[in-house]
Amino acid sequence: MSTASRPLASLGALASAARRDTTDPNAPCKIEVDNLNFFYGAKRALEDISIKIQPHVVTAFIGPSGCGKSTFLRTLNRMNDIIPGTRVEGRVLIDGQDIYAPGVDVVSLRRRVGMVFQKSNPFPKSVFENIAYGLRINGMAGNKSELAGRVEESLKQAALWDEVKDRLHESALAMSGGQQQRLCIARALAVRPDILLMDEPASALDPIATQRIEELVYDLKKTYTIVIVTHNMQQAARVSDRTAFFWLGRLVEYDRTEKIFTAPAEKLTEDYVTGRFG
Amino acid sequence: MERQVPHFREELEALQGRLLEMGGLAEERVRAAVQGLVSREAALFEKVLLGDEPINQLHIEIDNRCFRLLALHQPMATDLRAIVAAVKINTDLERVGDLAVNIAEAGKRYISHPPVKKLIDIPQMGEIAQAMLRDALDAFVKRDTALAHQVLNEDDRLDSLKTQVFRDLLTHMLNDQSTVEPALDLILVSRHLERIGDHATNVAEDVIFMVSALDVRHHGPAPVED
Repeated sequence: MSTASRPLASLGALASAARRDTTDPNAPCKIEVDNLNFFYGAKRALEDISIKIQPHVVTAFIGPSGCGKSTFLRTLNRMNDIIPGTRVEGRVLIDGQDIYAPGVDVVSLRRRVGMVFQKSNPFPKSVFENIAYGLRINGMAGNKSELAGRVEESLKQAALWDEVKDRLHESALAMSGGQQQRLCIARALAVRPDILLMDEPASALDPIATQRIEELVYDLKKTYTIVIVTHNMQQAARVSDRTAFFWLGRLVEYDRTEKIFTAPAEKLTEDYVTGRFG
Repeated sequence: MERQVPHFREELEALQGRLLEMGGLAEERVRAAVQGLVSREAALFEKVLLGDEPINQLHIEIDNRCFRLLALHQPMATDLRAIVAAVKINTDLERVGDLAVNIAEAGKRYISHPPVKKLIDIPQMGEIAQAMLRDALDAFVKRDTALAHQVLNEDDRLDSLKTQVFRDLLTHMLNDQSTVEPALDLILVSRHLERIGDHATNVAEDVIFMVSALDVRHHGPAPVED
């Protein structure tokens, strides 16, 4: 039988045969956002964003500069609260609880929803103390051996242990950029979050360090729900299960990564992923 | 240092595994079809006809895997050549499966008539075609260009045998008109086997391109243009 007689000609049909999407459609949402609007003063930066994110899935936010992807990421653990003059409308539910409801403990929220930034920002302390600090202030340090165990576990999860185990008490600032970024990931993981938000975590790194971060993301999704903002479309394609495309503060399309990069439903998405703008 | 992440490697290996599985199925279909012709067993032909569907399913699956790898991983150099080769090998193997079906259909017609002659050249063609296919796939797995070149050289033997079969059967048809119909089916079978050799040759050419970036199609070895 020749291929011509099959629906193979449709790229959509090809894309629909995904095996990479680990989303369990019956799993409860880890993150559910309803009609979210976000304002910097009078300027509306996000317009009516609604999205559902399943647990143990890597979701990438892509879009041109200024499209709102980082702003949206920061609404998921209320990091925008620290910017004066900002305002949020709508709901962000994490495990069914509205994180903008009155009385929500933001410190506790940010422990559950960890964040890694574009530029690595280790404390000017030893490798060990960078991890131990968060555990101590969260009352998770336990005794000395428990603390050491948690530090080791976090460094192993961030694929950094083998490189630093013999210099745990040296300054973190002496590490390479890629190692510092993985230390920041280890620091975020140490307090055992459910969700890890990553804001362009590899954009300041060389290709080898980027590869290690990407592989780490791939491994970490077994344990965590990961949302990653990236301006690098190829990175989004390589690491994520689902991709959301933002444009001018709106969520244009959200689907399986394979679908977004092979047969997007929206022309705007098509134009962006094929490099016609952005 | 490899650019691609390890899970990309795992997916490439899985792709290779599925191609080999498809090659094994296609080779088995050819073997059964030729065996059915020699032993005049209709059951073998039915087996071949039923066996085409798994090959068709693999054909689609492998295309999807290649498409996904190209779209999501933007492979370069060897990786890019490996996936492009896989797309082409996939098509060749599916066509081999189709040709096995064609042999089985011709075989069903052939055994409804008395035998034209004792079959000698056609089983030999079948063995050569299967060996070419097997060697081409071995060359693919082992990245063995020497073995791939051997496959290219074997193709001439198949072409000669096909010409020989045609001449032989032409003599039978001229001598006895009642043999025209079954003899034509045998000529068709020889043609299908020769085409299977051509597909094995294509696979071998793709292996050479994949391993050494040399395009040996049509005009012999030539470096790929920058």
